[in-house]
Amino acid sequence: MSAVIENAPIRDPAWRGRITMAIIAVALLWPLGRISEFKPWLLLDGQSISAARVFLGGFFPPRVDSEFLLLALRSAWITVAIATAGMTLAVAGAIPLALLGMTRLSVSAIGRRGMDRLPYLLRQVIRGGLVVARSLPEVVVALLFVRIVGLGPSAGVWAIAITYCAMLAKVLAEIVDSNDGRPAAALLTNGASRLGAFLYGTLPQCAAELVSYLIYRWECAIRASVVMGFVGAGGLGQQIDASVQMMAGNEVATMLVLFIVLVWVADAVSTRARRWLG
Amino acid sequence: MMVRADPGKRLTLVAVSLGFLILVVASFASLDLQWSELTEPGALTRMGDFLKGFSPPDTSAAFLSRVAWATLQTIAISLLSTVLATLCAAILALPASRPETTGRVVVRSVLNFLRAVPELIWAAIFVIAVGLGPFAGTLALAAHTTGVLGRLFGDTLENLPQASVRALRDNGVGPTARFLYATLPEALPQYMTYALYRWENNIRAATILGIVGAGGLGQLLFYYLSLFQMNRASTVILAMIGIVLVVDRLSYEARRWMTR
Repeated sequence: MSAVIENAPIRDPAWRGRITMAIIAVALLWPLGRISEFKPWLLLDGQSISAARVFLGGFFPPRVDSEFLLLALRSAWITVAIATAGMTLAVAGAIPLALLGMTRLSVSAIGRRGMDRLPYLLRQVIRGGLVVARSLPEVVVALLFVRIVGLGPSAGVWAIAITYCAMLAKVLAEIVDSNDGRPAAALLTNGASRLGAFLYGTLPQCAAELVSYLIYRWECAIRASVVMGFVGAGGLGQQIDASVQMMAGNEVATMLVLFIVLVWVADAVSTRARRWLG
Repeated sequence: MMVRADPGKRLTLVAVSLGFLILVVASFASLDLQWSELTEPGALTRMGDFLKGFSPPDTSAAFLSRVAWATLQTIAISLLSTVLATLCAAILALPASRPETTGRVVVRSVLNFLRAVPELIWAAIFVIAVGLGPFAGTLALAAHTTGVLGRLFGDTLENLPQASVRALRDNGVGPTARFLYATLPEALPQYMTYALYRWENNIRAATILGIVGAGGLGQLLFYYLSLFQMNRASTVILAMIGIVLVVDRLSYEARRWMTR
């Protein structure tokens, strides 16, 4: 049996299609490589190899004297503080925006399918504004705030506050709208205020989901605040950027490890908290 | 959340909430937020002047073509890095999916490291290694994405149904042919889904990588902001928003089309 297979001519029935696909792929990738100045031989260039070797060789041993470690730990705390403060401001701004944007609390929509034109328009405008604000990358916002309030953590806090406010408002409204609307509608029909209907009709069903999402976003904010440090918004990112500029590989190594530990701890805290919330 | 029914759980809730509250207070206490910068009398007009500088965006044809080129470059960076990462990840997924080998442990920890370091930090490192420009951005995105996809691909291989592989093996087919004609065709649709999802992420990431000098729109933005040419910076920012909006929309439509 196996002898028959070994002696049979080895032929791939689909070879023609495969070769055509390969040629098309290369033809498509070629211009991409040109546009993005893809020059792999630069990696083997003598000068860049020596630069990379000096830099990467400096990674070992990482710098762990107490003075530098204290500085790195302080920057790590600043990073967490930027993320936490930014999130707090973002939540404070997002709650009223979400309340305005959600359809569950529409009085004019009670008992029929649509709402009046004006409230509908208002909600669409709020949602549209949020979508645009959300699509601005947070690093860009941080870059702008560095121009306004100067280098330092406050630029990072405001950047997170603004971009996350837009994102949270949209998602919080969506979470609420995806839940059962009948309790809130019942309260509204019986004359409850909008806030009352929200607090007693809507919030109890989705509180766990909302909190769980906030914790997840807090974790994202920590990562974002490290990245924003690279444009001068303080914390661990700014320190890493400074050390990279000075080609101090040993400092970069220490802070990269610290950053990975930080993200890992935030991830563990957030996962445990969210699992507990169910 | 049956908190009320369980006093022990309620206590934990209070403790955790208190912990978060302390974290928030400590954060605000340890940061100098320069509220005065934003609340003092001249602050609002200064900020208004700053923002006014952004309008109108520069729409001269020569500049628009520059922005269009940078946009094209951003998309090229994201696509090329995703292709590179997909190839590397497909290779690394082989050792990463073999149970109980040292190779698996080593490759998985390398992948974890690649993934844990954000794209922007990779970009800053690659700018040193290969110089300023889009090539550094491509390598940075490829490094991070290899970490993400390598792990996902490895998990895909581990969870693949073994029937067709076993059928080929029982008929005396060698390991390479088994992989090419049974494993790969079965894993490929899942690979493509993951790769497309990462491409979407990478387009967004590629728009900002240039801030550390790694090409694309970000580099233009950083350049014009440094020169205080706000009208040009605002054109670049609009292009960035445009890219993100278009990508969001396309991926939403694509997902709806695929799940229909």
